[in-house]
Amino acid sequence: MNVESILAGAVAGGTSILYPTLGEVIAERSGVVNLGTEGSMLCGALAAYAVGIETGNPWLGVLAGLVAGALMAMVHAYVVLARGANQLATGLVVSFLGLGLTSLFGQDYVGRGVEALTDWDVPLLSELPFLGRVLFQHDPLTYLSIVAAFAAWWALRRTRAGVRLRAAGERPEVLSTFGTSPVRVRFLAVTCGGALAGLGGAQLATAFTRNWSEGMTAGRGYIAVGLTIFAAWDPLRAIAGAYLFSGAEALQLQLQAEGTSLSPFLLQAFPYVVVILVLALLSSRRLGAAPEALSRVFEGRAA
Amino acid sequence: MLATFFRALGWRGALGAAGVVALAGVAISAWSDVQSDPGADDGKLTIGFIYVGPKDDFGYNQAAYEGSLAMASSFPGATLLQAENVPETAESETVMEGMIDDGADLIFATSYGHFEFAQHVAERHPDVVVVHQGGLEEAPGLPNFGTYFGTVYEPVYTAGIVAGSASESGKLGYVYAFPIPQTLANINAFTLGAQSVNPDIETVTVATGSWCDPSLQAQAAQSLIDQGVDVITQHQDCTKTIVEAAEEAGVFSVGYHASTQSLAPHGWLTGSEWNWGPLYTDIVGTVADGDFTNSDYDGNYRVGLQTGTNPFVQSDYGTSVSSSTESLVEEARERFVEGGSPFAGPVLSQDGDTVWADGEQPSYDEVETMDFMVAGVIGQTG
Repeated sequence: MNVESILAGAVAGGTSILYPTLGEVIAERSGVVNLGTEGSMLCGALAAYAVGIETGNPWLGVLAGLVAGALMAMVHAYVVLARGANQLATGLVVSFLGLGLTSLFGQDYVGRGVEALTDWDVPLLSELPFLGRVLFQHDPLTYLSIVAAFAAWWALRRTRAGVRLRAAGERPEVLSTFGTSPVRVRFLAVTCGGALAGLGGAQLATAFTRNWSEGMTAGRGYIAVGLTIFAAWDPLRAIAGAYLFSGAEALQLQLQAEGTSLSPFLLQAFPYVVVILVLALLSSRRLGAAPEALSRVFEGRAA
Repeated sequence: MLATFFRALGWRGALGAAGVVALAGVAISAWSDVQSDPGADDGKLTIGFIYVGPKDDFGYNQAAYEGSLAMASSFPGATLLQAENVPETAESETVMEGMIDDGADLIFATSYGHFEFAQHVAERHPDVVVVHQGGLEEAPGLPNFGTYFGTVYEPVYTAGIVAGSASESGKLGYVYAFPIPQTLANINAFTLGAQSVNPDIETVTVATGSWCDPSLQAQAAQSLIDQGVDVITQHQDCTKTIVEAAEEAGVFSVGYHASTQSLAPHGWLTGSEWNWGPLYTDIVGTVADGDFTNSDYDGNYRVGLQTGTNPFVQSDYGTSVSSSTESLVEEARERFVEGGSPFAGPVLSQDGDTVWADGEQPSYDEVETMDFMVAGVIGQTG
């Protein structure tokens, strides 16, 4: 078994899951569950692909993906925060809205060539044995995702904005008494989370697969929501969660290529089984880390 | 249950859901009268086509759509009704019924999963001919219903010859969705074609469990490249990600569905693609003459190099393919025209059992129910 290749695949394929997981961590830490992440990813993927094609500049595409993901999340934020709708139901509707919109407007871009974000090998480090290929031979958005995870971790702990965001998710009443509107903080957090999910979609379409096709995220936005619990709402653990899922995908495909006697159907289920098992094993302990306001969402009370 | 769901959504959520359904409706029934000759009198044919996906998917649906246009050019008086994104559910019956309301005399249901619904429509409308692409009707069939398909495994076999000639590592890679008979026939034909050049060739297969999941495709291509394959082919609906991954890794690629030579200028060898026009034209001609019932098309029509124009053709060669390889392909093609099969024995299964002995070869029906992998294929059928 080629461990180097599996780990390199975990990082390469995990980036488009790490971004939405980080986004969901940020949204949920503020007290909002966003199941619309899948919709944000799809809009981000199509916007990045389409703008990349129309302008010939992949970075403008990435920017468009970020904006599109944020806009979808703003729809979610508006409906749940300003109109008080159920977060879970709204998120699902936003996901399907994203799927419908991108299927409709994406038709013209199916199979078309895009100026891709190519891999950028980090000088010197990329020549390291083993680690070079695993960590330092990727596209720029992959490096950025790791930087983003550390930045989010630091910002949540050490900055005033981070404290406010956590307060919105834990003790919104207290935040109010200090003159900050929890609704405003949550709106910004959900929007920011959507922008990250949009970046994930952009990386998927313009760097990792260089392709657009209808529904191409294939549920990875929902996986991100599950991995948020796995990560215990911690941005650094989100890295582990994203790479675990993607590494399981790379592993099952490599087992097939090596001629395993296991059924391909069984192997295809493997990444999902891994996530479910890990959640089952960790949940009771980690759920203690859940932002207080989330329990209100799941118990059906307005947040 | 639905009522509970909408109550949980609240009226705003319900409005949102209704909006999504409406949007999906717009996407689903992108229905258009593409070509209607204003001078056409009522004696002229009206022909409907339904597709499971968008007409410009660079794959299966686009090929069928282009076939319909090619056919229409031979029947300038005919009216063509086109419906894209028709799901493989009872909703497809509604779409077909709508076409009949609009005067359709003949309907082409082009996706595998439209089969039973097309049959239902044919049963209800004995005066309308319904044909289905790829299904198998049980005898005795309806007099106004039939199925048709080509032998895709013939050009896949000849592409295998090209792949076997190009490979130095002796390992070919195959990305596919599900181990269904049509796919297994392709994997086996590709392998046998390659083994006709180099008996030691192995084909490494990886199943993604999806007709189009580009992320899994990218991972699958990488796992094959790590395994040392130097030619990659696929049976997927969207093909771009894999062809580009192969090109970037410096390995050869063999296409499927459509030519993607422009994506792989260095590594492109050849591929198989569709050309439905001639077959559609012949079916429509038969219906126009009122001769459908008891014709070849009233039943399960399978067309290969032997019986006529195969709607599956081999793509253009890449620059690296030598003329000696091309003549090997030509020889194989002549064998098929004369009634030979890519699966002419001796054919061994992975376990070493003889499936077709020397001198034997399978019928079309046997190929379409194929459930094994030949010796030299690395993979599992389930």
